[in-house]
Amino acid sequence: MITELGHFALILAFLVACVQTVVPLVGAHRRWSGGMAIAEPAATLHFLLVALSFAALTQAFVTSDFSLRLVVLNSHSAKPMLYKISGVWGNHEGSMLLWALILSLFGAMAAWFGGNLPPTLRARVLAVQGSISVAFLSFIILTSNPFLRVSPPPFDGRDLNPLLQDPGLAFHPPFLYLGYVGLSICFSFAVAALIEGRIDAAWGRWVRPWTLAAWMFLTIGIGLGSWWAYYELGWGGFWFWDPVENASFMPWLLAAALLHSAIVVEKREALKSWTILLAILAFGFSLMGTFIVRSGLLTSVHAFANDPERGVYILFILVFFTGGALTLFAARSSVMEARGVFSLVSRESAIIANNVLLAVSCFVVFIGTMWPMFAEMFFDRTLSVGPPFFNLAFTPFMVVLGLILPFGSMLPWKRARAGHVLPRLVPLVVIAVLVMGLVWTFQTGRSLLGPVGVFLGAWLIGGAVTDLWSRTGRSRDLRRLLRLPRADWGKSVAHSGLGITMLAIAGLMAWEQEDIRVVQPGQPYAVGGWQLELIGVSREKGPNYLSTIGEVSLSKNGSEIARLFPEKRIYPVAEMPTTEAAIDYRFLRDIYVVIGDAQANGGWVVRTYIKPLASWIWGGALLMALGAALSLSDRRYRVAAGAARMQTKRVPAE
Amino acid sequence: MIWIRAILLSIFLVGPAQAVEPDEVLSDPFLEARARNLSKELRCIVCQNESIDESNASLARDLRILVRERLASGDSDQQAIDFIVARYGEFVLLRPQVSGANIVLWLAAPVVFLMAGALAIAYLHGRSRARPAQGTPLSDTEEARIAELIKDD
Repeated sequence: MITELGHFALILAFLVACVQTVVPLVGAHRRWSGGMAIAEPAATLHFLLVALSFAALTQAFVTSDFSLRLVVLNSHSAKPMLYKISGVWGNHEGSMLLWALILSLFGAMAAWFGGNLPPTLRARVLAVQGSISVAFLSFIILTSNPFLRVSPPPFDGRDLNPLLQDPGLAFHPPFLYLGYVGLSICFSFAVAALIEGRIDAAWGRWVRPWTLAAWMFLTIGIGLGSWWAYYELGWGGFWFWDPVENASFMPWLLAAALLHSAIVVEKREALKSWTILLAILAFGFSLMGTFIVRSGLLTSVHAFANDPERGVYILFILVFFTGGALTLFAARSSVMEARGVFSLVSRESAIIANNVLLAVSCFVVFIGTMWPMFAEMFFDRTLSVGPPFFNLAFTPFMVVLGLILPFGSMLPWKRARAGHVLPRLVPLVVIAVLVMGLVWTFQTGRSLLGPVGVFLGAWLIGGAVTDLWSRTGRSRDLRRLLRLPRADWGKSVAHSGLGITMLAIAGLMAWEQEDIRVVQPGQPYAVGGWQLELIGVSREKGPNYLSTIGEVSLSKNGSEIARLFPEKRIYPVAEMPTTEAAIDYRFLRDIYVVIGDAQANGGWVVRTYIKPLASWIWGGALLMALGAALSLSDRRYRVAAGAARMQTKRVPAE
Repeated sequence: MIWIRAILLSIFLVGPAQAVEPDEVLSDPFLEARARNLSKELRCIVCQNESIDESNASLARDLRILVRERLASGDSDQQAIDFIVARYGEFVLLRPQVSGANIVLWLAAPVVFLMAGALAIAYLHGRSRARPAQGTPLSDTEEARIAELIKDD
């Protein structure tokens, strides 16, 4: 019954989205205020209906309603409650419903917080957002309906993929989608402004908070996914340059470019066409990511041909929205004339350099991801493009970005003289080079990766601190820092977060140690400066799995510092093994222990990895997200919203 | 989206083997290090975008052992790679060859970077020479709003 209600709500939501698309668009065109006013309640109702539908599906998963096909395929009555809930989005149909839910949530938020927008622009933004919903809701209803029943219902389900039964992965998709789909609102703003034929500083100010929010969620989502891979896949890899990862990384890079270029639109009314283009492309890449992931195209061109319905539908959505927006963009190029004037050396030019580097690095990821497909289609070559390519082709751009960042972020706006900024950075260069030299002497004879990474990290973090320090004025009054706008703090925090992540990645890749051996229980052995001893191995039974648990004692200089319990699990329903690494997390390094198979002589295979700076990778990502949150909470966004609310009260009818 | 990769990975996770096993490791540490580096460049053919160094599939194990056999019998890194490519095709290479159409792939990023850089510099040059634009005149409703705001405060 509740299931049918959810199904019905989904169809109703589709109809409401159609109204939300058509009526406000016509209303805005004819300056008909009644038509425009429909947009707001329609967006709210549309969100509530999708939420109801999502709640109905969640209810089916929570109560293990095995008359639903989706629940049978992805759940089991013995599964812990958290994974019953996360199972809702751990499959194609449910995740598309989550996508639609977040899409409608952003539309509703634009309706609730968009009070300061001109009425025609607001109506158009909501209409464009509604049109994306029309496309995705019809996709769900026609090709991926989550509410299909089975008859007769089986006794129990087939269980969720065990790798997905993990807290990190339970929250990874919602965050990722909040970011991914959040970019839709930037897209809607861009298209609405193009229809409106007016792009000015105010537009830059409206679109920036949305970009910041989307980018923040995307950062958290990607970080969670990479952390999950680190502890779950059993060898501590954190990034694989896999097409599905690249699909989320490309929008991240473009959103980072967008949130910088929007500042130039806001401050200088320049870079307008580029910013609009970025807003369109960032969401276009989100759609493309959905397409390459959902269509099966990434495994092979032939997998696509086996079940083309969904793939073709998403391809159509992708072509319609990106192509349509780009056509509109070309037709309206005249309204995007730049106003502001700034010199070759200025903050504006530094942001342009940032945009060039981010956009080109996104292009590297794009061509590397799509090349196997192009090669197969056009040159009849089956080939692979893997991490060695990306590491080589992508890294240089990030190194250059890191090198210019502290310099660029301290340049004054409009007209700068490099000579004024450079001296302030001299002490920083000295410190960064000294740190690099120190590290180099500690480990001569090995690759340059580590020292270079440490230099970049020190340079970026130092740059952020120098930037803040320069804001204390001549009196060096630290209290001034407290009065700085939050956006300035956000900038420094996010930039140092990037530095920490770069440093950590380089450090981990350069100084990781690995040890693989057969261990007899009770015989200690040494890895790096640590001693390990396998004390024993026991077998235990979990709620829906069987587990082999090793007990490993980790000690340094003869005294024990941790007990580790690496596990190997078998999920009998899904007939799948998983490894649960045991990790001793410390500030400067992780020790990562994995237990393997029993050997004929009574020993066990044990893998030990010493991973320096591992936690810093995600610490840096968290700082980047925190920086975005700080910027988002900046006073000027709240002031703008507050002023608008007061104004609407004073002028009730317009 | 990494969970989708997890599903794809798990399809191939059958069998108890797990990445590099102790019995595969060569006694010569120098040779072993070379073998590990080569393994990171080679793709496990039955897996979802994993190198043979990371993969648990039995086919990846066979390939790891093959690499070590070739190195132990005196092959150079390139000879070992060529031997495997001759058997399995260029699909096994995670670093695509720089030949034929692949030159486009390798040159794309630097070329696009140079083009984007040139465009950006041309744009900046234009911006630094431009005269500040006279703002577009305000519309009547905007004029009215300003008048109203000034009156209010």
